[in-house]
Amino acid sequence: MTGGKYNAVEFEKDAPILVMERLCKSYELGTMELKVLRDVALTINNGDYVAIMGPSGSGKSTLLNMIGCLDRPTSGDYWLGGQNVSLLDDDQLSLIRGARIGFIFQSFNLINQLNVVENIEVPMYYQGFSEHESAKRAIELAKIVGLGDRLDHRPSELSGGQQQRVAIARSLANDPLIILADEPTGNLDSESGLEILKILVDLHLQGKTLIVVTHDEGIAENAGRIVEIFDGRIKRQ
Amino acid sequence: MFIFRLKRTAKLGIKSLWMHKLRSTLTTLGIIFGVSSVIAMLAIGEGASRQAQEQIARLGSRNIIVKTVPPPEDKDVGSQNESMRIYGLTYLDAERFRNSIPNVEVVVPSRRLVQQAWYRNRKVAIEVIGTVPWYPEISPIQLKFGRFLSSIDMHHKQGVCVIDENVVKELFVFDDPLNQDVKLEGDYYRVVGVVSPANLGEAASAFERDNSKAKSQGANVGNIYIPLTTIKNRFGEISIQFGGGSGRSVERVELQEIIVKVGGMDEVLPTRDILETLLSRFHKKNDYQIVVPLELLKQAKQTQRLFSIVLGSIAAISLLVGGIGIMNIMLATVSERTREIGIRRALGARRRDIILQFLSETLLLTFVGGILGMSLGSLIPFLVTRFGQMPTVITGISLVLAFGISGAIGIIFGIYPAYRAAYLDPIESLRHE
Repeated sequence: MTGGKYNAVEFEKDAPILVMERLCKSYELGTMELKVLRDVALTINNGDYVAIMGPSGSGKSTLLNMIGCLDRPTSGDYWLGGQNVSLLDDDQLSLIRGARIGFIFQSFNLINQLNVVENIEVPMYYQGFSEHESAKRAIELAKIVGLGDRLDHRPSELSGGQQQRVAIARSLANDPLIILADEPTGNLDSESGLEILKILVDLHLQGKTLIVVTHDEGIAENAGRIVEIFDGRIKRQ
Repeated sequence: MFIFRLKRTAKLGIKSLWMHKLRSTLTTLGIIFGVSSVIAMLAIGEGASRQAQEQIARLGSRNIIVKTVPPPEDKDVGSQNESMRIYGLTYLDAERFRNSIPNVEVVVPSRRLVQQAWYRNRKVAIEVIGTVPWYPEISPIQLKFGRFLSSIDMHHKQGVCVIDENVVKELFVFDDPLNQDVKLEGDYYRVVGVVSPANLGEAASAFERDNSKAKSQGANVGNIYIPLTTIKNRFGEISIQFGGGSGRSVERVELQEIIVKVGGMDEVLPTRDILETLLSRFHKKNDYQIVVPLELLKQAKQTQRLFSIVLGSIAAISLLVGGIGIMNIMLATVSERTREIGIRRALGARRRDIILQFLSETLLLTFVGGILGMSLGSLIPFLVTRFGQMPTVITGISLVLAFGISGAIGIIFGIYPAYRAAYLDPIESLRHE
């Protein structure tokens, strides 16, 4: 048994893999309706390196959750890899997340009880990889991000930069359509931040699609495209 | 696929339980004690029940025991201290039973007296049973050495006796009892046989308490059987009892007991009714009591079932408490691992994956607890039997029951925490510190 069923389709370079149309998200606060995203339209092509920027409270996080299929839009459509994910139920969304999105978080979000290899294996586990297969791939990925000598270390035994590298390896586990990074250098010192940035650029050069949410102008400079969001609308893209 | 998933889930469960060894151990203890107390309680209950049933069965399930009991005191004659009270079963009653009831197989009349038996300078309290040669047919005693009483002994009112092994143990420490002479109230009796103890035990003798005035003199060691004719000849039928104060009562009783054995168990109750009718015609004083071991057996079974249910329920409550403990811990675990749940959800875990993960941990705890509880639960009855001299019986059903309940508790008390975990909002849980 190889990876999830969603990875079966290959997309050509520059094919639109993420399309959002008239996407709205609002929350009800008592009687008030709080509109967080208003008529967002966004297209991201295969192989893009996109930085999403915006001040806090602009709806940046909500957009990120939306892209990551962690949240569903109130209205509008969202096609990810040709599939309208705004219509999917929770189980299907979970599978899509696992198969098509690689998450990199500001605070790494590794599971403390698991070692490096096991952490990288988590997304593969939920896609039904066999133990042998997933362990083999996890070790390869760990080597790619330069942690070949720390396979059985726990997150607590690693530096921040190393932890984020584990997270990057984990995000690559199911060979996702999109790698979604939320302030990937936010918790790191500048040196390890640069290291991480370099890995991300390398991934981009290898043809991966990257969406990075950041305040960091440095990251944004590397990105081929900057999407600015303000007050729930996309201001510039 | 499913099996392989299950295996990995179990592995993951073992791992995370292993990380919290103390917590897991303490949680499991609840189940261990719950399961073991269910098993131990049921084993003790079952043991007591079997013992009681065995003792009653030894009385003979085809026997009907008719006993002499003192009639209710007449207050009018209470002051006439010197008057002799004549009551109880008679030889004539035995004769009537034998002749007028068709399905009676054996009728065994007997007299019982509590006496001291002497051999050389040793003395023990025993019960003398004056009876007929066919007494062994209605009693569980078995001949070990020599012979039982014979009709020749009866006819000649011989001074012979058969003693049981308990008496042998006390009186004849090293000697061979056969052909020795035992002294009972001034007369010597030659030992012609040794039988196994009747050993009716407590449960069976419980109903004898009413009419066992004589027994209040102290526990007797065992029984000595002598011919019925001999006991009548040598001890007579009159007994004098010194009551409280200056009172003194003189009683005359022919027979203490007549045991009737019928052909089959289904004839026991009808025959009992016939006996009752027959006796009520000749005994206006209500000086007899009919005991049917078969009925006692049924009653004992019922009582013991109730006893087992009560014991079992108490134990089940402790199992329940164990289950609640597990639930409590799992809820704590869920809130402690909220972030991990969020991470797993973001990385593709479906709700059912999370449920399975937490449920498998609970089930592992209860499974291990169940196994250990079964071992401990089997050990406790063994120790109780060993050191408490109490019979215990571990039935397969109690093991299955206890294990089944612990499994059910694992599922019931594990499912809520697991659902709580699965229905956490992944965005919220990712933010959770």
